[in-house]
Amino acid sequence: MQEQVLIIEPGRTEKNYWADLWRYRELFLILAWRDISVRYKQTIIGVAWAILRPFLTMVVFTIIFGRVAKLPSDGDAPYALMVFAAMLPWSLFSLALSEASNSLITNVNLVSKVYFPRMIVPIATIVTAFVDFLVSFVILLGLMTYYQFAPGWNMLLLPLFILMALLASLGPGLWITALNVKYRDFRYVIPFVVQFGLYISPVGFSSNVIPEKWRLLYSLNPMVGVIDGFRWCILGSESPIYWPGFTLTLAIVAFFLWLGITRFRKMEKTFADLI
Amino acid sequence: MGDTSDIVIKAENLGKKYTIGHQTERGRYIALRDVLMQNARNLWHKTKDLIQAKPIIPGNEQEEVWALKDVSFEIRRGEVVGIIGRNGAGKTTLLKILSRITEPSAGRVTIKGRVASLLEVGTGFHPELTGRENIYLNGAILGMTRTEIKRKFDEIVAFAEVEKFLDTPVKRYSSGMYVRLAFAVAAHLEPEILLVDEVLAVGDIAFQKKCLGKMEGVAEEGRTVIFVSHNMGAIRKLCRSAIWLDDSRIVKKGATLEVTKEYEASQTKCFDNFSYAIERNSEDINNLSFYFSRVKILNTKGELSVAFKYAEKLVLIVDLAGELMGGVYSAEFYIHNDLDQLVSVGASGPYHGKYFSKDVTKLKIEIGPLYITSGKYRISLSLMAGSRIDTWENAIAFTITECQPYATSWEIPTYREGVCVLQHCFCEME
Repeated sequence: MQEQVLIIEPGRTEKNYWADLWRYRELFLILAWRDISVRYKQTIIGVAWAILRPFLTMVVFTIIFGRVAKLPSDGDAPYALMVFAAMLPWSLFSLALSEASNSLITNVNLVSKVYFPRMIVPIATIVTAFVDFLVSFVILLGLMTYYQFAPGWNMLLLPLFILMALLASLGPGLWITALNVKYRDFRYVIPFVVQFGLYISPVGFSSNVIPEKWRLLYSLNPMVGVIDGFRWCILGSESPIYWPGFTLTLAIVAFFLWLGITRFRKMEKTFADLI
Repeated sequence: MGDTSDIVIKAENLGKKYTIGHQTERGRYIALRDVLMQNARNLWHKTKDLIQAKPIIPGNEQEEVWALKDVSFEIRRGEVVGIIGRNGAGKTTLLKILSRITEPSAGRVTIKGRVASLLEVGTGFHPELTGRENIYLNGAILGMTRTEIKRKFDEIVAFAEVEKFLDTPVKRYSSGMYVRLAFAVAAHLEPEILLVDEVLAVGDIAFQKKCLGKMEGVAEEGRTVIFVSHNMGAIRKLCRSAIWLDDSRIVKKGATLEVTKEYEASQTKCFDNFSYAIERNSEDINNLSFYFSRVKILNTKGELSVAFKYAEKLVLIVDLAGELMGGVYSAEFYIHNDLDQLVSVGASGPYHGKYFSKDVTKLKIEIGPLYITSGKYRISLSLMAGSRIDTWENAIAFTITECQPYATSWEIPTYREGVCVLQHCFCEME
């Protein structure tokens, strides 16, 4: 009879960690499903929150940046549409990041009582953020109909940028959630980062308003590339991509992803002792 | 020596070390410069550890504590092994290592077969979700596949006796129903190796019996079970062999009866000191999240007392400390006499349906009238919240004096005339 033999030793990293992650996919799905179904329980308007929040922010930004500050839009694109094309990836990123960062400490009882590859927990929370994203995508379709703005073929590449936004949040999310296990300081850092990031990322304005010589530096913020990509997909040629910056963004996302995964795996084994 | 292919768990020199930081007391006069330097150095070390993903230990002095040391044993297929020992002896640490929740610091374990661990019942239960949803959630957490849960769904529901409430959120369940549902899911796990920590003693007495029956069934099917408990009765009933851990090492392993007897004998030695109010030993609290911190013993007039007359009542005032993760708890007491016989048990949850919310940190336990014979008795206290979260063995002791229910001039002593006094009468018959 073929039987699996498990050896537990200090410092032994499982060779089949990723296979193990796959083996636990059912747990992953059920945790994601739990987070989604619990998310809007005991709220009055439920899922409408996923629509209301980005919509109201968009209205405020359109008025402040578009009307009051009179910043230019990308080409002929309506200002509101341009803001919302950035609002979508930004809320996806910020929600995924904050949920992932808190995921381990909100699942203390699981981590300290059962074994499973811990990475399942933060990744499962990112699924919730993705579902919220899909819901608020409806507003985009509404806005496009309202402005009678037809998307081009670029729209087909949108899934790539969605993936990029998710990976951009997963890297730091993994690192921070691991640190959060021991240092609850990071719980306070995240709301601050998210709030701050909203203003330093080109959400309320076009990244074309940034002077040319600063653009590469500005692209150090990984969300700049993601947002530009989203605008390019949705608004088409009205919003060209700044390629040097975009390449830099890709590199930074990849770096944070590597950092997040390696740090997480290193700390993973001690979670149950610290949490 | 038997056939080695039969060995499913083999632990060799297993150890688990925790590093604990202490803050040494600073001298009274320190230059501001030194303090600043010290803080700067600490900050630098912390940042370095943070970047290198090393765990950071607070305080400026570090101490290594072994929660488990040089533990070696072999368990064969189909064996049911009990693990006994005081709080903090390392039982739970051992189970956590075997179930891969935490990594050992030394040694090595080889395990053959699928392992499921049951460190508490209802792990991951979400109060907002319905009974049905929680069965799937909890099942997946314990390692069952969806099809497996589907297949056993009806059986689980019938075992838990919650058919009517399947689509009600579990936050509306009574605590009894909650525990029954949680245990029912766990009881239908079918791993080759099952690790169980102190979870049998939840729910009411009838349900406990059902659980014990289920456990016996598991053992008969030839699966391997490791079972941690403070309940010597359950250990003797279920296990063929036992391992006694104390102070992070194995003291004795072997046939259950022998090991448990010796363990119980060792428990009586702390019998001689009587005290009215006892603070919990800090070593005992180690690693506990919610626990008994002190106990006082009084008479019904509210005076501290350790000597009670036959048929008097005694009152315990118990303080709890720490933080309960969630939900409610139930408190229990066990009275043993100096022959180490269990005299009586009281339990707030199973007996009275009384569960306390986590904000309740002071309890009054009234026991009596004490219709027991003259002698020494000791009281152990225990807390249940999903699983047994704390047991304070031999927390406090008392004596019964003047056991003279029949106006005799002598007392009725335990050692010669038994534990309790049963009302009786002798009559002549014609």
